Amino acid sequence: MCLAIPMELIQIDGDNGIAELSGVKKEVCLRLLPEVKIGDYLIIHAGFAIQKMDEEEARKTLEIWEEIDNITKKGQNQ
Amino acid sequence: MKYIDEFRDKKICQKLSEEIRRIARNTKREVVLMEVCGTHTTAIFRSGIRSLMPNNIRLLSGPGCPVCVTPNRYLDRAIAYSRLPNVIICTFGDMIKVPGSSSSLEKEKSNGADIRIVYSPLESIKISKENPNKLVIFLGVGFETTAPLVASTILSSKEEGLTNLFILSAHKLIPPAMMALLDSKDIAINGFICPGHVSTIIGIEPYLPIVEKYGIPSVIIGFEPIDILKGILMLIKQIVNGVQPKVEIQYKRAVREEGNPTAQSLMNKIFKKGDTEWRGVGIIPESGLFIREEYSVYDAERNIEVCVEETKEHPDCICGEILRGVKIPSECSMFRKVCTPLNPVGPCMVSSEGTCAAYYRYGKE
Ligand code: SF4
Repeated sequence: MCLAIPMELIQIDGDNGIAELSGVKKEVCLRLLPEVKIGDYLIIHAGFAIQKMDEEEARKTLEIWEEIDNITKKGQNQ
Repeated sequence: MKYIDEFRDKKICQKLSEEIRRIARNTKREVVLMEVCGTHTTAIFRSGIRSLMPNNIRLLSGPGCPVCVTPNRYLDRAIAYSRLPNVIICTFGDMIKVPGSSSSLEKEKSNGADIRIVYSPLESIKISKENPNKLVIFLGVGFETTAPLVASTILSSKEEGLTNLFILSAHKLIPPAMMALLDSKDIAINGFICPGHVSTIIGIEPYLPIVEKYGIPSVIIGFEPIDILKGILMLIKQIVNGVQPKVEIQYKRAVREEGNPTAQSLMNKIFKKGDTEWRGVGIIPESGLFIREEYSVYDAERNIEVCVEETKEHPDCICGEILRGVKIPSECSMFRKVCTPLNPVGPCMVSSEGTCAAYYRYGKE
């Protein structure tokens, strides 16, 4: 029930906004996340934005895989 | 970056599971990891992660499905409210099929009760405005992810001067339940897969006693396959390497150490902590959220009287033990035979995030 999905904020109107995912638009309440701007990816849960996605952290999470690849290779070579 | 598909890459998942196997080989002992969040239970089954685990790593589901841990007493009250002539019940869809002592909201709805399924608590504001002569009761069920939304709804309701919207609050807090499981010593847990979306709100602080007092490694993990595998890797590294247990964040793109302070302060403004009952676990101290005195006009229990039937539990349903991780669904005599998603006996089979429903849909056991 804590299901939440990342959606892109495409419109802001005070405490409310419109967020989009794959062409589906949803009205979202921005009250719990005061500092957002258009283009931000927000985590939406039951009609509310609850957190902002950090793009740099997302990239870092994905970059780690190369690192793991190296570790695994090293492990195999030993 | 769309934050979804990137985190489902098969090759990366394979690499990660190889790495998990490699590290798990360094220990002979069985490692038990508990996912406390129902969304994780479903995500783990759906992506087939259980089958990728080496033999000595066991994944156990815990009490993290809000619908499942809501006791019958609450449901019976909601059902009793729905029978009142001037009441509209607003609820998330997950609650509708859950059997109470003798009925369910679904049955009441087919008998003519005005029960509306909403996607957001904000919809109950609209419904209240459209029905000024009715009492609108929103069933506030959920964890820290959902409680701030309901707090915000109460605040909006106050700002708009609504007098016919009420909340029946059964909001619960996850970290006290994790500690209650450890206190009970029913099962040995070596690491916690901490709920990602609860943590977007609460941050790392509420988990600190779990590592400091109980010494159990805890990692806050996201919900895509790469997140879950990477998080499990972080956990077994802590366990196998025997480092000082710590709270780590794998789901860094969404979870900040401090959580969401705006949501936290709104939650504290409207709710206060108190002892509350969890199905199968009993009363857990300071694990419930109750509407504060200042906002008591929005509290259904304090404003709308109703006669509630005596609570009865199904004698053979072992949901309680499943929620504590003591038993798995196949140990229930009714699983798959009498109890199915179409004809659920207990809440763990009803909720899409319930452990019995997940085993039914994806499990071989
Ligand atoms: S299978 Fe059904 S009856 Fe058995 S524990 Fe699960 S929900 Fe209860």
